[in-house]
Amino acid sequence: MTHKIKVTVNGVAHHKEVEPRTLLVHFLRETLRLTGTNVGCDTSQCGACTVLVDGNATKSCTMLAVQAHGRKITTIEGLASNGALHPLQEGFWEKHGLQCGFCTPGMIMSACDLLAHNPNPTEAEIRHGLEGNLCRCTGYQNIVKAIQYAATAMMKGAHHG
Amino acid sequence: MAKYVGASIKRREDPRFLQGKGSYVANLQLPNMAYLAVKRSDYGHARIAKINTKKAAALPGVIGVFIGQDLIDSGIGKMPCGWNVPNQKTPTRWPLTVDKVRHVGDGVAVVIADDPYLAADALDLIEVKYERLPAVVDARKATEPDAPLVHDDVLNNLSYTWAIGDKAAMEQAFAEAEHVVKLELINQRLIPNAIEPRAAAAQWNAATEEMTLWTTSQNPHIIRLVLSAFTLGIPENKLRVISPDVGGGFGSKIFHYPEEVIVPWVARKINRPVKWVADRTESSMTDSQGRDHVTKCKMALKKDGTITGINVQTWANMGAYLSTLGPLIPTALYLTLLSGLYKVKGIWGEMSGTLTNTVPVDAYRGAGRPEGAYVVERLVDLAARELGMDPLDLRRKNLIPKEEFPYQTPVAFVYDSGDYHKLFDKAVEVANYKAMREAQKEARQQGRLIGIGIVGCIEASGPAPSAVAGSLGSAVGLWESAVLRAHPLGKVTLLTGSHAHGQGHETTFAQIVADELGVGLDDVEVIHGDTGRLPFGMGTYGSRSAAVGGSAIVLSARKIRQKMCKIAAHQLEVAEEDLVYDQEAGKVHVKGSPNKAKSFGELTFAAYTAHNLPSGLEPGLEESAFYDPSNFTFPNSAHIAQVEVDRETGEVTLQRYVAVDDVGKVINPLVVDGQVVGGVVQGVGQALWEHGVYDKNGQLITATLMDYAMPHADKFPMIETARIETPSPHNPLGVKGAGEMGTIAATVAIANAVMDALAPFGVKHLDMPLTSEKVWRAMR
Repeated sequence: MTHKIKVTVNGVAHHKEVEPRTLLVHFLRETLRLTGTNVGCDTSQCGACTVLVDGNATKSCTMLAVQAHGRKITTIEGLASNGALHPLQEGFWEKHGLQCGFCTPGMIMSACDLLAHNPNPTEAEIRHGLEGNLCRCTGYQNIVKAIQYAATAMMKGAHHG
Repeated sequence: MAKYVGASIKRREDPRFLQGKGSYVANLQLPNMAYLAVKRSDYGHARIAKINTKKAAALPGVIGVFIGQDLIDSGIGKMPCGWNVPNQKTPTRWPLTVDKVRHVGDGVAVVIADDPYLAADALDLIEVKYERLPAVVDARKATEPDAPLVHDDVLNNLSYTWAIGDKAAMEQAFAEAEHVVKLELINQRLIPNAIEPRAAAAQWNAATEEMTLWTTSQNPHIIRLVLSAFTLGIPENKLRVISPDVGGGFGSKIFHYPEEVIVPWVARKINRPVKWVADRTESSMTDSQGRDHVTKCKMALKKDGTITGINVQTWANMGAYLSTLGPLIPTALYLTLLSGLYKVKGIWGEMSGTLTNTVPVDAYRGAGRPEGAYVVERLVDLAARELGMDPLDLRRKNLIPKEEFPYQTPVAFVYDSGDYHKLFDKAVEVANYKAMREAQKEARQQGRLIGIGIVGCIEASGPAPSAVAGSLGSAVGLWESAVLRAHPLGKVTLLTGSHAHGQGHETTFAQIVADELGVGLDDVEVIHGDTGRLPFGMGTYGSRSAAVGGSAIVLSARKIRQKMCKIAAHQLEVAEEDLVYDQEAGKVHVKGSPNKAKSFGELTFAAYTAHNLPSGLEPGLEESAFYDPSNFTFPNSAHIAQVEVDRETGEVTLQRYVAVDDVGKVINPLVVDGQVVGGVVQGVGQALWEHGVYDKNGQLITATLMDYAMPHADKFPMIETARIETPSPHNPLGVKGAGEMGTIAATVAIANAVMDALAPFGVKHLDMPLTSEKVWRAMR
């Protein structure tokens, strides 16, 4: 028994048949081969699988693919535009916000949501905003700095734009 | 002058990770791939009465179901232990157990299906009938006469004992002591929890009889060696092990795991590519775990605070089997650290490695050294309190003076270099320790529970030399390899035996090469993690990559330079000794005549055209070096932490953390700071929250991240880092390890800070993790 779903991922509409039990993260990784979204824990603690669903950060290991029917999803692969890195990607690079890189896509997608709702967060607000994402390498410090960097860059960009 | 080494250069590997293009094993998808899942024990200890696989095998989409006996019948070997101390009893371990399950997660059977969801369905159809047995989980209780035996042939569950030091000097120190401090402590079990779960995939080429294994390993060559020699039996020249991007290791991905045998075995058997990816619970139940020591220790002092003796007795929990390096950790990486930063004559440490119904224990970031630092620095702190001294003063009084390096400790090590007084001076200055103490006094008067923890820790990183490692029990050498391949048009490829899983070698190693050869950073490509492309290499663990792997790079670069000078001398018609290799400009010129020169690209091209080479010189420009260091390096640290304990809830808040480290010369400060801060946060995790808990039946009750408390971003202030630099005298870069210092120092710095905060309650010691509940109860 499969279901037909239509999901728009990174601006591209996909029509697929999926088992009802298929997790969104497996649909993204296995069916669409978008392997930038990682799986770290299966219980919604680590946040490595975070994607944007209609603009909201969502742990894709905790959502079924059928629930994504008709929705717009952005994954890490969809963040850079026209070959230019997103300010968050730039920030993580500039501030050494990643080591092994495994949590990074989820961190960046969570930060996207954070900055969309709070373009100029304090350090405490950033740290609180990352509460649902685990990193074992960096100690979070440079991730916080990366998001501060991106916030500044995006506000400047908004002024100029 | 170095252009790149010493500079904070942002990492060249980052763009792929930032765009979701990392090549982790779980991402691999090959045509016709099958998916493997492992049926694991739900019990800590039970005899296997019967395994019925019929229903699972009959499920449509299932390709095969195999049990341990199937592997044994086909000639698969036992999982070996790669570190053997004298008289060690190494219990039998098969990739899938056949007689008993000995820990929750012990593998019993595997199922292979067309789809990972189907494989999971089939697992539930495998029926295993168990006869439950009593379990033992505590390292010390395991040796008691009535304890259940984990392996029938290991009496008292005692795998080995080990001791080091000067026992007579220790006994004399305690006989003459003016003050003795005693402690019993537990260094609790930890679960490493790299965010990437382990995974393995394999492809068999039936035509060439070659096997390729992709695995989440910190050391693919060692995995190939063990697979060929002991477990899988495919010859090493027909077996390629690839360890691509790996999502964190922290030690847990050093070791040879059963799935690395089973996955390729199945791939050959069914002649299809096979992939296995652990879920988090599986990782919790099967990745080697860390620490788990029960320790009785004491320190002898004079009234003036001079430390004269240290005596330590430890029961180290090895888990249900000996993991690949298990016995190394509580022996040569633990008891050898008991001198700390201090000049102490009478040190004696002894330990017992015991088997229990728990997941095997092996190296986890710091690996033995945090346990050593914890013992020494808790004792020092308690001594200061009992003698009424400031813990800083007591430490300063006992530091090894810089004039005494190289310093021979009574516990085997010869410390290479250091300036511990300068180190503490720096920490005190950065933290403004005096002001911290004054503020603490004031806060106490207001009823606030502020605590300050100060520690000085030694690390031994980059275990070496190979001959000594061999005499201590190592089955392998601990050198490192590098091949530098200069291409005809002047680009360079470095093949390194080190492995990066977050450390940033693609940047830092390129910095070394670029400076040594005088080429641009972008001209250097760094390749690692593939036995099919590299010379044999030992991989990355024990903070060895810069000191050992980096030194091999320098040596191979020097050989390249020598050959280039030979070619240049011939073409410029001068003697070799009249030439200068200008590392800044990347050219060879005649001394005093910078214009009489050959550029790097001219010389690489000349080496490959071979039209005009000195007679007898081979064409081409590729050099290798195998570097076996003469000693460990000894990074050291002075860290100061400030915490506040909430009187009402017991919650500990970290308010400030100052980390001053001496890691010798620094290749890339950005990367080193990243290592230090990451390590500190991991150390704080152990001190305050993390604990792998087993109940009395051996049930692991912290097998998900819902139950195992990891450090979160909102629990930390900005960590302040600073450095002093005493170059290691025995490696060409002058570097020391930087990867583990944070974890080693932070754990005990936080413990000391919390005990300081609780001093008004007379609390002398609490075992970690210092959870709110535990702290709250201690205040009652």
